[in-house]
Amino acid sequence: MVVVRIKDLPKEKFLLPGNTSCQGCPHALGLKALGMALGDDVVLIVPAGCTTIIAGSRDKSAFKFPCLHVPFASAPAVATGLGSAFKRLGKKGIPVVWMGDGGSDIGFATLSGACVRKDDMIVIVSDNEAYMNTGIQTSGTTFWKAKTTTSPMGKREEKKDLALIMLMHKADYVATASVGYVQDFISKLRKASEIDGFRFIHLHSPCPPGWGFDSSETVEIARLAVKCGAWILWEFDGKFKISPISKPYADKAKRAPLTEYLRKQRRFRHLSDEDIAEIERRIDEQWKVILALESVF
Amino acid sequence: MECMIAKPSKGSAGKTGLWRTFKPIYDESKCNNCLLCWLYCPENAIDVLNGKISIDYDYCKGCGICAKICAKKAIEMVREEEV
Repeated sequence: MVVVRIKDLPKEKFLLPGNTSCQGCPHALGLKALGMALGDDVVLIVPAGCTTIIAGSRDKSAFKFPCLHVPFASAPAVATGLGSAFKRLGKKGIPVVWMGDGGSDIGFATLSGACVRKDDMIVIVSDNEAYMNTGIQTSGTTFWKAKTTTSPMGKREEKKDLALIMLMHKADYVATASVGYVQDFISKLRKASEIDGFRFIHLHSPCPPGWGFDSSETVEIARLAVKCGAWILWEFDGKFKISPISKPYADKAKRAPLTEYLRKQRRFRHLSDEDIAEIERRIDEQWKVILALESVF
Repeated sequence: MECMIAKPSKGSAGKTGLWRTFKPIYDESKCNNCLLCWLYCPENAIDVLNGKISIDYDYCKGCGICAKICAKKAIEMVREEEV
């Protein structure tokens, strides 16, 4: 893993200030990092979601990279066409699909297809664990027991592990990242850009209005998710590795208390002590899976 | 046709500095130039000029991430009317 130093990062802005993102928006942080990591090489493909709004309307674009707005379920399919056109015409550019967990739920068929064909693209799912742009409805990746407008008593189903699904889909590169660790995300993006084929990054993106915390706490909440072990950073580039940031938290004693992460969010305010104990048990199970994968994959 | 193509522009949502309730006030004497505020500003409203930071108040929405991430407490969030 290449270490990214802050002072070496490019100063050129690819996400321009004065856009429509909310205060403390995690997508804005992620898009900014994408510009720092890959800059001019990016051709952004965006299905409907918060990022469609952030991109701007009419004659003003908030992005310096070219951005293609596409129908909901089609983003990876569009990237397939674009990627092969780039190759055929000898043009420089990486098709980067930037979608939310909604885009990956609704567009799962095209996502799966592009991955099976190993088409040339980077897919980033900026996961804020609900459909925020349409009013905080439950998504496939919403955390168990989290309150949303369609799960007022807390979500009943388990959060689906999209990154592991893509790993089992035999993608060429798969990683999880977090907006709380931008340098790690940039390093993974650069690594992904050097690999040919289908590359997938699952980015954890805590949403202030959707999760119910103050806009100043986006980075703090994202880091707490990693520190309490609820979000595990790893990458697969032919070999499965837990990222150095998450490594210490394999040891349960080193993890931050889970309540510290949960109690800061309005969506978890209704949790009972039993619920929290159950979440803790599920996190332990998840770690067992990840550690087993590291030893065999 | 040219008028149909969106151009990269600052302020695609206008002067978003108007959204602010709290204003980040930067104290240069406490700053150690770690640039974490620059890296984590979601609005990209912090610039680095000659190794020093400067906040673009036209567009800063006042989210407060810069003040939270600063280990040296060189940025303080102050209510707009009290500035």
